[in-house]
Amino acid sequence: MTQVDDKTYAELEQIAARYPEPRSGLLPMLHLVQSAHGRITPEGIEACADILGISAADVSGVATFYTMYKRRPVGDYHVGVCTNTLCAVMGGDAIFSRLKDHLDVGNDETTPDGKITLEHIECNAACDYAPVMMVNWEFMDNQTPESATQLVDDLRSGNEVRSTRGPRIVTWRQAERVLAGYPDGLVDEGPAAGPASLVGLRLARENDWKAPDSPGLETGAGAPSSTSEAEEGK
Amino acid sequence: MTDTLTPVLTDSWDTERAWTLPAYESRGGYGALRKALGMEPGAIVEAVKESGLRGRGGAGFPTGMKWSFIPQDNPKPKYLVVNADESEPGTCKDIPLMMANPHVLVEGVIISSFAIRANKAFIYIRGEVLHVIRRVQAAVAEAYAAGHLGQDIHGSGYDLDVIVHAGAGAYICGEETALLEGLEGRRGQPRLRPPFPAVAGLYASPTVINNVESIASVPSIIEHGHEWFASMGTEKSKGYGIFSLSGHVANPGQFEAPLGITLRELIDLAGGIRDGHQLKFWTPGGSSTPLLTDEHLDVPLDFEGVAGVGSMLGTRALQIFDETTCVVRATLRWTEFYKHESCGKCTPCREGTWWLVQVLSRLEQGVGSESDLDLLLDQCDNIAGRSFCALADGAAAPIQSSIKFFRDEYIAHLTHGGCPFDPAASTLFATSGALA
Amino acid sequence: MTVSTGSTTEAATTDLVNLTIDGIAVSVPKDTLLIRAAEQVGVQIPRFCDHPLLAPVGACRQCLVDIPDAGNGRPFPKPQASCTLPVAEGMVVNTQATSPVADKAQQGIMEFLLINHPLDCPVCDKGGECPLQNQAMSNGRGESRFSATGGVKRTFPKPISISAQVLLDRERCVLCARCTRFSEEIAGDPFIALLERGALQQVGIYEKEPFESYFSGNTIQICPVGALTSAEYRFRSRPFDLVSSPSVAEHDACGSAIRVDHRRGKVMRRLSGNDPEVNEEWITDKDRFAFHYADAADRLTYPQVRDDDGSLRPASWPEAFAVAARGLAEAGASAVLTGGRVTAEDAFAYSKFARVALGTNDIDFRARPLSAEETSFLASEVVLRQGATYSDLESAATVVLAGLEPEDEAGAIFLRLRKATRASRTRVISIAPFESRGLQKLGGQLIATKPGREALALQDLLGHGDYGIDSSSVILVGERLATAPGALSAAVEVARKSGAKLAWVPRRAGDRGAVEAGCLPNLLPGGRPVADAAARVDAATTWGVSGLPETAGRDADQIVAAVNAGQVGGLVVGGVDPDDTADPAAFRAALDRASFVVALELRESDVTRVADVVFPVAPVSDKAGTFVTWEGRPRPFEAVLSVPSSLPDLRILAGIAEELGTSLGFRTVAEARAQMEEMGPWDGERAAPEPVQAHDVSDPGVTLATWKQMLDNGRMQDGDDNLRATARVAVARVSANVYDALGPSITVTGERGSVTVPAAIAEIADDVVWLPANSSGRGLLAEVGLPGSTVTLKGADE
Repeated sequence: MTQVDDKTYAELEQIAARYPEPRSGLLPMLHLVQSAHGRITPEGIEACADILGISAADVSGVATFYTMYKRRPVGDYHVGVCTNTLCAVMGGDAIFSRLKDHLDVGNDETTPDGKITLEHIECNAACDYAPVMMVNWEFMDNQTPESATQLVDDLRSGNEVRSTRGPRIVTWRQAERVLAGYPDGLVDEGPAAGPASLVGLRLARENDWKAPDSPGLETGAGAPSSTSEAEEGK
Repeated sequence: MTDTLTPVLTDSWDTERAWTLPAYESRGGYGALRKALGMEPGAIVEAVKESGLRGRGGAGFPTGMKWSFIPQDNPKPKYLVVNADESEPGTCKDIPLMMANPHVLVEGVIISSFAIRANKAFIYIRGEVLHVIRRVQAAVAEAYAAGHLGQDIHGSGYDLDVIVHAGAGAYICGEETALLEGLEGRRGQPRLRPPFPAVAGLYASPTVINNVESIASVPSIIEHGHEWFASMGTEKSKGYGIFSLSGHVANPGQFEAPLGITLRELIDLAGGIRDGHQLKFWTPGGSSTPLLTDEHLDVPLDFEGVAGVGSMLGTRALQIFDETTCVVRATLRWTEFYKHESCGKCTPCREGTWWLVQVLSRLEQGVGSESDLDLLLDQCDNIAGRSFCALADGAAAPIQSSIKFFRDEYIAHLTHGGCPFDPAASTLFATSGALA
Repeated sequence: MTVSTGSTTEAATTDLVNLTIDGIAVSVPKDTLLIRAAEQVGVQIPRFCDHPLLAPVGACRQCLVDIPDAGNGRPFPKPQASCTLPVAEGMVVNTQATSPVADKAQQGIMEFLLINHPLDCPVCDKGGECPLQNQAMSNGRGESRFSATGGVKRTFPKPISISAQVLLDRERCVLCARCTRFSEEIAGDPFIALLERGALQQVGIYEKEPFESYFSGNTIQICPVGALTSAEYRFRSRPFDLVSSPSVAEHDACGSAIRVDHRRGKVMRRLSGNDPEVNEEWITDKDRFAFHYADAADRLTYPQVRDDDGSLRPASWPEAFAVAARGLAEAGASAVLTGGRVTAEDAFAYSKFARVALGTNDIDFRARPLSAEETSFLASEVVLRQGATYSDLESAATVVLAGLEPEDEAGAIFLRLRKATRASRTRVISIAPFESRGLQKLGGQLIATKPGREALALQDLLGHGDYGIDSSSVILVGERLATAPGALSAAVEVARKSGAKLAWVPRRAGDRGAVEAGCLPNLLPGGRPVADAAARVDAATTWGVSGLPETAGRDADQIVAAVNAGQVGGLVVGGVDPDDTADPAAFRAALDRASFVVALELRESDVTRVADVVFPVAPVSDKAGTFVTWEGRPRPFEAVLSVPSSLPDLRILAGIAEELGTSLGFRTVAEARAQMEEMGPWDGERAAPEPVQAHDVSDPGVTLATWKQMLDNGRMQDGDDNLRATARVAVARVSANVYDALGPSITVTGERGSVTVPAAIAEIADDVVWLPANSSGRGLLAEVGLPGSTVTLKGADE
């Protein structure tokens, strides 16, 4: 049994209070339950129902509708491999298959050491970086079977891993807390944009292609100005 | 003549710490806000109408017109909701935009909320993009600290609060009424319309729901004027948009260009189809838009041009597949996606996608007969246009279009007794090796 | 169905819309949905999710139609769901009857609905009355393309219990969500919900919170497939073997229309009838499932008389009539106690029997705590009046509840109030000790009132601007208000001053009929005051007797006291449970003390065990009769089963009367009805009100608040164990302070004894404890004390 401790309960109430109508807080509240309990627990469901004044069946209905909510304990690292069409074709299927073998787990299963939960996921809006993986919902772009096995090995052995377009990887439960609306201070890590995001902009710079000048203005929000090179990728 | 590429929203992406308020303001950011606060809200709506901006989330509904549907005599509060649930397969523009330039979205939210007289706005971001959520959360916090948000913004008397809301994994929440359900803490199943959200949306109050890119385009329209915006693009598809090329091109990525650019131009910009291969099929705007082929390289990528060849501009998510790709496998995988994401509310989508996957799986394994193709098409006919929302139309699109263009390839699976393609040949690492 | 085409007078004022459906011109009221407009031209568009009393959802898509002209000259490009689309002027609609597009669309949906359906009609309870089966037979394909292409069906483990009574077979479910929508919209008990997503979507409960709703059975009835079944009826019979008879529910004063399905003389199940004026299409689970009491092993089937050795022995009807008559004649003064479950015709017989055969006004139907104030109130304010109707509840701006918990005590009122409050038309205010779940579901406002202070709370309504009591209000007073001195009088005063409607809501089906029939010491049938000589003469004339007793009668409590004092010797008791009466011990003493007791009962009871003559009476299924609703609306019904040996009370009373040398003038229900008709209502002066001054009688100590939960230990729920298993557990509702001091298990001690039950926290005053009246042991009246009496609390562990 995992009780909802006073701090978590108070934070759940706090989330509900952010909204004009408290029930709007349910999705982030369930993220917080996952952060606190490592999954959606019955106690978490009951706490949400209690705070929002709705039935536990209604909370269950919501918790089972959205795929990010997990009823079984999730490992420290949730490893998602995109196997939607484009990533699958570009190598996602091969990566997923390799990881299943390598970790000796099936889809949505966790390694016995409780470190890695493997799941094939749907399109994560990073198709220009295919094949894409996500670790605790941080981007791991342009993967190969080899880079993927290295990645999970690093995660399991506790080596620091950084997102290709984001910060160092924290645990899944810490990540869920951010989704509940509690920032973790990692916002300034990682680049503004990865290399693929900048392909068009680079070409525009090379060719001096721009949006038309603003009528009557020299510069503005949309008009190009001098730029400095941003960090890119790793 | 407009340049080939017109970076506006993407223009700052290579700036040092582009996501921060100082970086954004150093480029004139929040200038449009100050201008807007000096305007009549109605004039902003009018400017956006005049600009010809059409919804960048796929459907292409005129944004200004959507705003004008908000009944201002309704005593209930008005809400702006930003649809940042980018999940359509192939679509990957809003996510990098919010990661690199969240303030242009926040500024757009403030101006748009002011225009529709909303005092509360929500940014509903899909939950699976943690770092993007961090960036938007931080941008909103910075905007509050700078007085761009909160009470009496810059002495205008206008108040606005913005809440960043993380979703939890449901493609259907990209459908605007399902999104509202999610935002109200319910199962993301689409609502009956009418009433339309403009009349009774969030909390049954007048609500505007716009895509990230639509809202992010608003500051530039206010800053430079609607004529400036309308000077780009084509007659009925004005302005610029982000085109996302993915798949078998040499340099996949984001290309911000006036609407109406062609795929031939874009592929050129992306360095061509990967070495030694040819274009086989592509999606113009995500997997829900019917496939096109190399016949359609010169179709102007605007709403009318793509519709003219039987597809849709959608989200300008150009997924490029070369001749190594099995179209049956691709279609099956998309169909599995729609089955997985069907919300379950209505019969044809829930049951139809369940069945489609079974028939397609058999075909892909070389089991079945040619008549199964007609069965598939008949099923699609019974699903598309019969369902509660457009998700099922999207599910039918790849099947119908792939059979239309590649019927022989389906039959080849039957004669071959399975898939004649080598899946390894289409991977990224098949030719180029591992990318570090 | 909810569509009214408008009577000729209404038609002019109703906004009518003209459209063409399948080539036929039709005019229907504005906002009518196409699916119902089509019914007007005789076209039944198939549907599953649509239900006229639920909000439209358009989920199943079975009702797709083709619309070549939306009324603006333009077609809808795609078929539209006719269950969500309102009519428009000039619209042209083609259904499956005339449009190949609509027909194919519907065929396609039907095929999808069946691919994952188990097609187990031969073993399914719904087989034979199943909309899915019917539609598949008439419009489906003969061969399944799904199985022809090797389709694999979605399977689930066979039925799961979502409550002790309701089972869910997920494979059969077509996910129309009628059940979940009913639970949320109508009952307000969202304990079932859609879970999971897509093809795995299913109805379910949260495992620790079963579907324990007083109205759960309605979901079984509206399920358009065999997904929901009751433990009670599952696998019991086939619909085509059943005979259906309309009837009226006997469990409360709501008069709900029911349908009784029976086979070979045995009731197999009960369903809700459809009466838009009364219960619409819904009934309580008690009305639906509680009927096995009539088949219980202790059911009396033949008359018995007490033998010389003191035991009861079987007797013939003539002998029993003779023995009863002789015994009553010898007993001297006799009195009649009827209980509240008799039909109006039987009540009429008891009333006449008391006056004509026994020569007394000592008669009372109130087998419960009562007061003289109430006796007067019933005569001056209730009888012959239609204080309010169900429709009034729906249109009222404000409904005040005093001494009434509709969810427990009057289910159809509760549902109608919920409908009204959800439509934002009506606000509910409740004078009660705490905010019940029922009140929460009505979004109601509590006026927290300690038992004994109800009269003051009612009076306060008037001066209080917030409550806005005026002529658009309705005040519903429950029978429990009888024991709050001055409360009924205060309600009358408030109604009079504000113009609000006032209605009295008793708990039992026969209560209001008994008032009308004069089963009261101060009233003769038809509202004739005993004290009014003209009224007595009028009644005597109709009855053909020389005169009627003039002395005002004794009420039930006084009758019991008089027996115990030796002033009354004979008792005729029909359907009274001693433990329901104000003083069960006194009542039992009276039974012992009485020189002669005649019992008319359905089943063996504490009364029959000591009676001198015992007559078996017919259960409602075996006789015709009339219940009068709380509104004053007569609800006549005919016998469902034909059981010649099963006699109504009135036939037995006629038999005894004849042996006593008088005739009641009727032996059958039809004859009794004719005489009631002939007698008619009194058109003279009503009994004068005798108001009681409002004053605070609440005790400074801890006061007992109570009412009966809908499902409890009542004898008419005997034999329905699955139903009882869904009852709310007995808890003592106490304040958080009391709970913290004494919980979690509390002993409540009154003048008659103690009960120990789990405690639950409620927003209730520290000096009030609420207990369910009949959910443990023999009930509070027998084991603790009267409502409103002083009790002491202590922790059970102390």
